[in-house]
Amino acid sequence: MSRRPYVRRVPRSWWLHKPRYVLYMIRELTSLFVGLYCALLVVGLVRLAQGQAAWDGFLAALSSPLGVAFQLVCLVFAIYHSVTWFALTPKAMPLVIKDQPVPGIVIVGAHYVVWAAVSIVVLIGAGI
Amino acid sequence: MSETIALEVLRYDPETDNEPYCQSYTVPYKEEWVLLDALNYIKDNLDATLSYRWSCRMAVCGSCGMMINNEPKLSCHTFLRDYRGGVIRVEPLDHFPIERDLVIVMDSFMDKLSSVKPYLIPKQEKPLSAGEYLQSPGELNVFHQYTQCINCLLCYAACPQCGLSGDFVGPAALALAHRYNLDSRDGGKDARAEVVASNEGIWECTFVGACSQVCPKQVDPAAAIQQTKISASVDWLKDLLRPGAHR
Repeated sequence: MSRRPYVRRVPRSWWLHKPRYVLYMIRELTSLFVGLYCALLVVGLVRLAQGQAAWDGFLAALSSPLGVAFQLVCLVFAIYHSVTWFALTPKAMPLVIKDQPVPGIVIVGAHYVVWAAVSIVVLIGAGI
Repeated sequence: MSETIALEVLRYDPETDNEPYCQSYTVPYKEEWVLLDALNYIKDNLDATLSYRWSCRMAVCGSCGMMINNEPKLSCHTFLRDYRGGVIRVEPLDHFPIERDLVIVMDSFMDKLSSVKPYLIPKQEKPLSAGEYLQSPGELNVFHQYTQCINCLLCYAACPQCGLSGDFVGPAALALAHRYNLDSRDGGKDARAEVVASNEGIWECTFVGACSQVCPKQVDPAAAIQQTKISASVDWLKDLLRPGAHR
């Protein structure tokens, strides 16, 4: 009797086959938009360094319908990225206090509290 | 006429088939039957040539993992009543070569498992006369969930990285390495790091998280791998700042 194992190839569309894979790929895709927004901030710094006129032009571009739409898309992806990441933190950073594991909801909640606190500090710093 | 349920089973005979094909069976439907009972019914009454692995019938041995309607599950842990009125499609576990019918070739996993040294490597060997290596319940709690793995390989079938990169050490083996790294009696973390912290080890994992979702024993391999990533990064940084200091 001969062994002749059959090897199945993973199709390129594997990530479309299950909802959990699709959600994972969306999470991976969010990093692209987070990266693009970071690039936008760098462009803003460059324009600021080029003087008042350049900076005003940059602000005008941000306020245009296309600029607002881009920022909204980035915001949606950034929120999805953050929420899914926070949901995973109890796995990556489990806490044990006095031999008792800290419930995951406390670890996730702490991240939201820090997020809110940092956001408030940034808003106050921006004079809003 | 008593109620029945339809099964579509992937068949492959290496001596006669060039590729797998699907075969349909109709088996009696019983509320208390699991899929393994249905497969045993086929084997005993309809088709003695059907091959599949099983042993304990109680989710302990880890032998009867298969794709059930495209989800990796233990067939002894999957009730027919959850599929009543439908067709159950049964295939061998994804991401492994098919030996025959529902039997997979798991040699690669055995190699990966042994490569992570899944056993206690004491910090300091002591003679038998010195007694046991003691451990408190608290120290046991730190890694207890990772001891529950039954090597059923559902996590390998769920993980797309295992399918895309055949060299990936994979969830179960890495979770077991983590189990020993966390053990207060163990000193083998550096010995395991060569495999565990390599590109084919933890860094091949992109945190899809499917391994933990399908685990029938709530081992949570995804958590083990992410924790190992943090630990390996800290060790790498320590080594960079003070070479050899953390060893």
